[in-house]
Amino acid sequence: MTKTSDLGSEWQLTPPLSTRLRGMLGATGKAAKRDIVLGMSISLLFLGLFLAVFAPTLARTDYERTDPVNRMLPPSTDNWFGTDNWGRDVFDRTIVGTRLSFLVGFSVTLISTVVGVSIALIISYFRILDAVMMRFVDGFLAFPTILLALALISLIGPSIGNVIIALSVTATAGKIRLVRGAVLSLRESTYVEAARAVGVPVPRILMFHVLPNIVSIIIVQATFTLASAILAEASLSFLGAGVPEYVPSWGNIIATGQGYIQVGFHISFFPGLFLTVTVLAVVLIGDSIRDHLDPKLRGRLRTTAQQ
Amino acid sequence: MTEALLSVENLHTQFRTEGGLVQAVDDVSFNIQAGETFALVGESGCGKSVTALSIMGLIPNPPGEITSGSIQFGGVDLLKLSSTEMRSIRGSKIGMIFQEPMSSLNPVLTIESQLAEPLKIHTGLSASAANDRAQELIDMVGIPDSKTRLKQYPHELSGGQRQRIMIAMAMACAPRLLIADEATTALDVTIQAQILDLMQEVTEKSGAALLIITHNLGIVARYADRVAVMYAGKLREVGDASDIYAASQHPYTVGLLRSVPRLDSEKGTPLSPIGGEIPDLTNLPGGCAFNPRCQWAVDRCSVEEPELIEISQGKQVACFEHASVSLNV
Repeated sequence: MTKTSDLGSEWQLTPPLSTRLRGMLGATGKAAKRDIVLGMSISLLFLGLFLAVFAPTLARTDYERTDPVNRMLPPSTDNWFGTDNWGRDVFDRTIVGTRLSFLVGFSVTLISTVVGVSIALIISYFRILDAVMMRFVDGFLAFPTILLALALISLIGPSIGNVIIALSVTATAGKIRLVRGAVLSLRESTYVEAARAVGVPVPRILMFHVLPNIVSIIIVQATFTLASAILAEASLSFLGAGVPEYVPSWGNIIATGQGYIQVGFHISFFPGLFLTVTVLAVVLIGDSIRDHLDPKLRGRLRTTAQQ
Repeated sequence: MTEALLSVENLHTQFRTEGGLVQAVDDVSFNIQAGETFALVGESGCGKSVTALSIMGLIPNPPGEITSGSIQFGGVDLLKLSSTEMRSIRGSKIGMIFQEPMSSLNPVLTIESQLAEPLKIHTGLSASAANDRAQELIDMVGIPDSKTRLKQYPHELSGGQRQRIMIAMAMACAPRLLIADEATTALDVTIQAQILDLMQEVTEKSGAALLIITHNLGIVARYADRVAVMYAGKLREVGDASDIYAASQHPYTVGLLRSVPRLDSEKGTPLSPIGGEIPDLTNLPGGCAFNPRCQWAVDRCSVEEPELIEISQGKQVACFEHASVSLNV
């Protein structure tokens, strides 16, 4: 069987995964027009992305510049979100914090999805590897995410990169468990057996027969990972174990405001609002995608809508 | 006799289960000649499908294991091949069709990609050549409008059409043996006949042998050249199809035949089912496994296991009392 190795690019199955993804995006787009909550959630997420990308341009002051004379100012036309205890502009710091939250959120989601799905696909076909790996996963999942991340950060030191690593490790464990379960049940399906019966090699069965069938699960899970990673990063920063204190992050700003909550409510309020809205939007998008990708649930939704 | 295409000898396949060791296939031997239609008959759980999966090398291990025997196919012992060599035989030399047409096609891949796949793997055809061939295959199995069908997904096809696609897939590389594992059980009766006709037609055209695995004796009567009847993991009777029908000499075969309605029986004659139940495979009765349900059973049957012996040219029976067993008693 040397054939399998040299088939190269001709191995494109129709339709490639990209077509299916495009189909899903199209369906999501259509759903967004009908579903006002989904539409708003997507708009908010795009607004957040816009802020994250253009934060340095949008910031009207140097977000690190202290101005003790103008400290603790309430929101006004000059300082939209007011100023903090050092006189720094809270609006500028919050939108720069958006950048960090999105960076951490998307990195963790990407890393944990790619690594988690790959590991899950591989171990599902090797019993011994599966048994060993799943005990590790059990171990990781036994700890609360934040606690494990805290432990890892204290081990490798606080920095943006290390926050991403620590959160990816815990998120990956969850991904492995979820995808492995789905793969194991698909492996027993008749069409996988039929594929084996025509001599399809195992790696190809995994990539072209199993993976396309779990794409929807992976996408939905990715949105929840994104939400929880953003929340976890803010929690870590709030606890002082996340990014260094001088880097503006939602968690850091909320932590700063914590001491002045009675005199300067606005310092913690605005980054907190951003955090809440972002996480809510992402979770709602995930929820909605799941409903629309699950044909059974979709039918039920339509029936309830008609009642 | 010429060299058989497939020669299964003393095959033993067992499964480790929580209830104990199950000898699903117990000392099974049979030959299939090139181009013939061979039927393996028996009720659920008798080991027919496990025999087929053993031939294909698809026994899940663990819990299953082929413990001894040999499967000679075209001069090669399939049990001695590496998994890579076995994979190159599956789909190219031996094709298989499964029971559930509704679930044996991958729901997220087009018909085209699934039909072209074995071609690309085994013949090294280019993608476009394989796609052209896929269209020919759809024409071959009698589905109209093949060009549109290629781009469709399995859910857009009916059960009968899907089984036709499965036949096309199994026959794509012109295998020398086609195994149909209860291939028509899930279809309604008129479609069953169409699918069986189609299988016979495509195998006749390509000169392939056809191994039909079924519990439906009607199918056997119409399509098979030779029949092997299986019960509790063992072959009980092997012979020409016409011979088995006219002069069955094993009590189990007789029981099966009696439980099927016949056009030539007198009106109002009740069917006579086989009494008792299928024995627990982890705890088989001593002697002949069929003896508790057998009307011809004698004392010897519960002590000693009858061997499968040749009683006339091409006819084998495993029963001590075969001389007195007859359909008309």
